[in-house]
Amino acid sequence: MTQLALVIDLNVCVGCQACVTSCKEWNTSGAAGTMSDERPYDADPSGTFFNRVQTFEVGEFPDTETVHFPKSCLHCEDPPCVPVCPTGASYKRPEDGIVLVDYDKCIGCKYCSWACPYGARELDEKQKVMKKCTLCVDRIYDAALPERDRRPACVMACPTSARLFGDIHDPSSAVSIAIRESGGYPLMPEWGTHPANHYLPRRKTRLRIHDDELERADNPLKIDSQLPKPAQSEPSLDDVTSW
Amino acid sequence: MRPAFSVVLLTTLIGLGQGLFLALFTAQSYALFDLLPRQDLHTFYAYGSLLALAFLAAGLAASFFHLGRPERAWRSAAQWRSSWLSREVIVLPLFMAVVLVYGIAHWAGGGPALIVLPSGIGIDVTVLAGVLGTLLGFLLFVCTGMIYACLRFLPEWHSPLTVINYILLGGASGFTLASLFASVAAPGLSGFFGGWAIIITLLGATGRAASLLRNSRLAPRSVLQTAIGIKHPKIAQKSQGFTGESFNTREFFHGRSAALFSSVKWFFLAAAFVLPVALLAAALASTAAAHLLAAAFLVQYCGLLAERWFFFAQASHPQNLYYQTAS
Repeated sequence: MTQLALVIDLNVCVGCQACVTSCKEWNTSGAAGTMSDERPYDADPSGTFFNRVQTFEVGEFPDTETVHFPKSCLHCEDPPCVPVCPTGASYKRPEDGIVLVDYDKCIGCKYCSWACPYGARELDEKQKVMKKCTLCVDRIYDAALPERDRRPACVMACPTSARLFGDIHDPSSAVSIAIRESGGYPLMPEWGTHPANHYLPRRKTRLRIHDDELERADNPLKIDSQLPKPAQSEPSLDDVTSW
Repeated sequence: MRPAFSVVLLTTLIGLGQGLFLALFTAQSYALFDLLPRQDLHTFYAYGSLLALAFLAAGLAASFFHLGRPERAWRSAAQWRSSWLSREVIVLPLFMAVVLVYGIAHWAGGGPALIVLPSGIGIDVTVLAGVLGTLLGFLLFVCTGMIYACLRFLPEWHSPLTVINYILLGGASGFTLASLFASVAAPGLSGFFGGWAIIITLLGATGRAASLLRNSRLAPRSVLQTAIGIKHPKIAQKSQGFTGESFNTREFFHGRSAALFSSVKWFFLAAAFVLPVALLAAALASTAAAHLLAAAFLVQYCGLLAERWFFFAQASHPQNLYYQTAS
């Protein structure tokens, strides 16, 4: 069994929104029709997106951290949105676990959006059907694209490689290793939906520099000490000064 | 959640139609077993069925306004194995067809007894259609209630009280309407329906009060910490990812002030339960009861519209955790 998913590294995401715009660009240009925008240049714009990057402040001033949090459909392994659909337009593909909406069958009753605790589904105001992340299903299997481009548009766009894409049921895939070794976790585990997408937590990154790393105290020839040693505030030059 | 007026109308109107049909067949069953005086009421039952059918059809028509693609509505019968919405879509027309058969059979005078019970009671087509209609009527209440009660993410709805209240409130309004209709078409039955309407309204008040009490004590299962998976007691959203609005900010927030929300609750408690019971009781005691019953019916229906609005508005969806701050 394959379960394709995204693993999103919150430690790396800088909240640049590149995944949001790249997702919109790819998916609004596809055969499934546009992701419509209402009043895009007015004071109260509104539009359909598959992917949003939100920002949270954790902690209390001055000890705060800013967390950028990309959110799209999590392609749950037990998707609560699928069984409630009266027409069968919402379905989970058995071959790769992607949850999709058949836009030709959807009647726009919005019931699936009520049954999704993550708010991952958005009704398109023009087409009047429910839309959601497809994991770029029209791209990842496209044999006309070079192998390295057969990844979701958001993953391709991410400048910090915060988004990993792969099969979480394959224990040797990059996403499985990331989940296993970097503490990957699902959202709202209390509902038992088993989201396929996982998030990697923030990590503390500290750089520790010891004196011997600066002064090359282990240098057996003691060349450093023979060179002039300017004050630490002055500029230094390799092999000319000893800093 | 944002209450959709199409769904508020759908659930209240079909509840009224179902309740009215159940009231009609209750009276017929009582008469069948000689608990009410036997009268020739075929015309009353036929017109009553037509009235019930009209409310059911109005509800069905309202439901189409909830769909983004109403021309594809026929597809919604497909997933009856898993979806309560699909089951409702199947049961509603079935129930309407049986109500139609029931009405036509009464219009035709009931016809000969098909089965004679050992006690000598003849069972004709109207009784068979009535029994089938009663089963389907209750099934339809269960389907409608379960559409909401089965959503475990909405704790305010995820309770057997949701289904019970749909049955009781639909039944109460239907019996009140039956009492009003009988006061015009079959005065002998008006008191019978009115008595039951008071009982069912009081039961409905108990059920709704129980669910209000339950909902006031609910603690949300999802919090911001589990929503984004960061275990810090103090987290605040600084941006939901866009400055305007989206489907997520429109569909899941009722957007009304706490004062209005609270006053709708007190209004429906008075208009759906207290006033109708008082008006029905006054009508039972009075001789010129029709205008009191008309008032009871109209006040109760307005109360139930408010009750249904409140039912939707009160449900708080966990997705709202992700949409707190626009910047």
